[in-house]
Amino acid sequence: MKDQRPVVILIFIFLVSIILLTKLFLIQVVDDSFMKRAESNAIQRIVDHPYRGLVYDRNGKLLVFNNPIFDVMIVPKEFKVGDTTRFCELFKISKEQLIESYTAARKYSSVKPSTLIKQFSTKDFARIQDFLVDYPGLFITTRSVRSYPNSTAAHALGYIGEISAGQLDRDTVKYYAQGDYVGLAGMERFYENELRGRKGVKYKMVNVRGVDKGPFKDGEYDTASVAGRNVTSTIDMDLQLYGELLMAGKTGSVVAIEPKTGEILAMISAPFYDPNGLTGADFSKSYRKLNNDPSKPLFNRPIMATYPPGSIFKIVQSLIGLQEGILFPETTFPCNKSLVACHNHPNPVNLFGAIRNSCNPYYHQAFRQIINREVSSNTFKDTEIGLNAWRESVLKFGLGGTLGVDMTNEKGGSIPSSKLYDRVYGEGHWKYSTIYSLSIGQGEMLVTPLQMANLAAIFANKGYYYTPHLIKELDGDPTLIPAKYQIKNDVGIDAHHFDLIQDAMAEALYGTANRAVIKDLVIAGKTGTAQNPHGEDHSVFIAFAPKDNPKIAIAVYVENAGWGGRAAASTASLMIEKYLKGEITRPALQEYVLAGNFIN
Amino acid sequence: MRESDININRVDWIAVSIYFALVMIGWFNIYAAVYDGQAEKSIFDFSINSGKQLVWIGTAIMLITIIMVADSRFFENLSLFIYLAFIGLLIITPFVGKEVNGQILSIGFGDFRIQPGEFAKFATGLALAKVMERPTFDLSKKNYQVIAFGVLLVPVILILLQPDTGTAMVYFAMLLMFYREGLPSIYYVLGFGFAAIALLGLGVENNLFLAGTIVVVVLILIFLGKRTWQRVVAFSLIGLGLIAFIYSLDFVVSKLPEHQQNRIMVLFNPNIDPLGVGWNVTQSKIAIGSGGLFGKGYLEGTQTKFDFVPEQHTDFIFCTLGEEFGWFGSLVVISLFVGLLYRLIIMAERQKTRFTRIYGYCVVSILLFHFMVNIAMTIGLFPVVGIPLPFFSYGGSSLWSFTVLLFIFIKMDSSRATQLGRLG
Repeated sequence: MKDQRPVVILIFIFLVSIILLTKLFLIQVVDDSFMKRAESNAIQRIVDHPYRGLVYDRNGKLLVFNNPIFDVMIVPKEFKVGDTTRFCELFKISKEQLIESYTAARKYSSVKPSTLIKQFSTKDFARIQDFLVDYPGLFITTRSVRSYPNSTAAHALGYIGEISAGQLDRDTVKYYAQGDYVGLAGMERFYENELRGRKGVKYKMVNVRGVDKGPFKDGEYDTASVAGRNVTSTIDMDLQLYGELLMAGKTGSVVAIEPKTGEILAMISAPFYDPNGLTGADFSKSYRKLNNDPSKPLFNRPIMATYPPGSIFKIVQSLIGLQEGILFPETTFPCNKSLVACHNHPNPVNLFGAIRNSCNPYYHQAFRQIINREVSSNTFKDTEIGLNAWRESVLKFGLGGTLGVDMTNEKGGSIPSSKLYDRVYGEGHWKYSTIYSLSIGQGEMLVTPLQMANLAAIFANKGYYYTPHLIKELDGDPTLIPAKYQIKNDVGIDAHHFDLIQDAMAEALYGTANRAVIKDLVIAGKTGTAQNPHGEDHSVFIAFAPKDNPKIAIAVYVENAGWGGRAAASTASLMIEKYLKGEITRPALQEYVLAGNFIN
Repeated sequence: MRESDININRVDWIAVSIYFALVMIGWFNIYAAVYDGQAEKSIFDFSINSGKQLVWIGTAIMLITIIMVADSRFFENLSLFIYLAFIGLLIITPFVGKEVNGQILSIGFGDFRIQPGEFAKFATGLALAKVMERPTFDLSKKNYQVIAFGVLLVPVILILLQPDTGTAMVYFAMLLMFYREGLPSIYYVLGFGFAAIALLGLGVENNLFLAGTIVVVVLILIFLGKRTWQRVVAFSLIGLGLIAFIYSLDFVVSKLPEHQQNRIMVLFNPNIDPLGVGWNVTQSKIAIGSGGLFGKGYLEGTQTKFDFVPEQHTDFIFCTLGEEFGWFGSLVVISLFVGLLYRLIIMAERQKTRFTRIYGYCVVSILLFHFMVNIAMTIGLFPVVGIPLPFFSYGGSSLWSFTVLLFIFIKMDSSRATQLGRLG
């Protein structure tokens, strides 16, 4: 019996060591949560935020830059103040403030840095910089906020703000972290990936008290941040500022495009706001205020507001008619006011006259021929086929769907197909008399001001367009912009058909928009009026100039300003003059627009 | 006069090798524990603990030399005197010792301090060996049991007065030696049973559930056997006693000093208060657990390096090993300990005198207890008890006392033939 006892003791020792080794195996090998906890214990991951790219206008003028602000940080344990009065004078804080901040910092940690004085400007920083060495335990951290030197182009540029929970969820590559700033609107959002650069990461080790113990593995895993790319915008800042001057106090849109390239020269959404308001610490407050403003300054009208195109659409109808061989320059229709209302003008008119005088009955009759070509003996069927074929042609003009501008939340408007009428009236229950409003750009069709400006560019280019865009160069290289902005879109109309159109548009100015006429500069334009059931009609005008070598195509919407020939045409004309001549030779017209009294 | 007692060939080199292996691994780990990558210092730098430990190691080797050249009969003959001398030191410690954190553990002058509680272990081992040496000493008899426990309890009580619960607990490791020397098994069965019920009582939230289980077990036992009234009464009384014990446990625990209560609570739920009471164990587990299979590499540990684990160069030295050498490193060290214990048992069993065998088992008992409890506490299997890992932990008293404890036995073992010769 006794002789077995040493064996029992040995078994006990083995059992104990097996229990220990098993438990060790469980926590060391099986359960990897300890490894993670060890990392979070001792390794601090410090994100090195890159410098966000700058935005320039097309002439190299700065539109957006990063404004550095400086925080004075303190490590209480190392801090020696010496003469408190002198310190307070230098740093421009009161003794009470100093004591309060210092106490708070001490309370947080005596060895970890915390903020002593917030938001020094560059100027203040320059002043105190030399004195910092006298105060051990103080150092400066730099942050930057977006800044807009001319407070312009708020909608086009957009803004940045703290990333939302939803965006974080959608960020499948996990680039972003809580508290990161991202582009939330406009170019800032569209070119977020280019502008943001790449974050760098430094791993540093800290001991149990949070004291820095140097880089982890000598910085083997550290990555340097890469600054964001600079964006050159297509915007002409002077033109943009002038457009904002003209549109101040009004509601509406101005979109100016360089026809040959699709570059957006100016894009004004009125009412607008100062983009500097949506930066830094005031973001939330300002955003709430803007968002609750009944005039909706955040609403980006050029790409989000949709209106019926009105009379301007007659040009599209003319072009389709010409291309299809249904209309010819000499095609004449009587101005039959029993079909649709019209104003007094010579009667009958040919195509040129119809455009010049904006004759409604002419297009009522022309559109019927475009739609009903008697491909089917059934009128209803024939109308359906005709409408869908016509729609295909219209869509090529960049209507009825988003163009793909480099901004977010672009609306596409709508061009109706047979499906819409089938749904409303039932299949086989509608025909030309149901849809004739489309002939003069009314009825079930909607376009955005941007699409209208693009139409002007198509007319200027005689049949093609480049998708309107805000980006001109990325880091100074024009070939780096998205490929879709370098592709020519053909609208499927032969170039020679545009000659008549351009002539008629140039002539139309004298008939419907005398105010827009500029001596020694031929503008081709067309007025429109977007009917507004809630009040005064919206004043619409599109134009391009100079007619023979178009450098600017423009669409102007002024809401509740009545007839297109007044507010919109005047504004467009001034914009064109500003862009092409660099000066305003008609102060009276400018006064007229600035006064904003267009109805009477 | 016989020739010198040191017979190199008779020294058990296996045990000695394992001893030095553990001491060296311990020394490297102490360096790792104090290593600071920003202010790199040599492992030999006397301003840091690894340099100081080297001094302790050097002096330990001097102690070994002294022990090895001493007369083999010296410890046996003077065992009771040594025992009484340390009892004397333990008595005067509270009066002349230095108070640290409410404990008076060490005596001495200036930097030279020793902890009598540490050294009294080998003294108690010698004394037990001496009193139990006689062939008539039978641990199954009550009067001998009283003598054996008396010798054991005197230093325990004195150490409890310091107060140093951890060190006092170590003395109960001698129960292992008592077992070898014939203390009836029933004590151990009851002891383990009682401990198991105590653990259940503390671990299981609902005492009613546990009491119910006991009632059921008692009823089954009663109905299974003869239903004599003596048996029924006896079982019923045992059952009632156990239930009373369970219910009194919470009360007893609540009367313990708060830090001891906390150490017990943390054992059952380490997440109770990870930044407070559970800090040591939590951080220790994080350090060891983050080591993985092969560890982070020597001097690459972050947890122990940056002081996340308290007492990491003394009682929690195993964390450094676990973190930097992983499970594999733990396996090697645990194997070394088991190997040493196994070797010591072999050595104890080959002794021809009862004195040396008993002393050998005292060495096994004390080393096993330290090794088992120290590692178990670093991985949360045992309440935090402030006892060092033999040969590993930083500190002169600790290293010296284990060295003396071990090498007295190695010396005795190397002299066994001489004794046999003389006896023959």
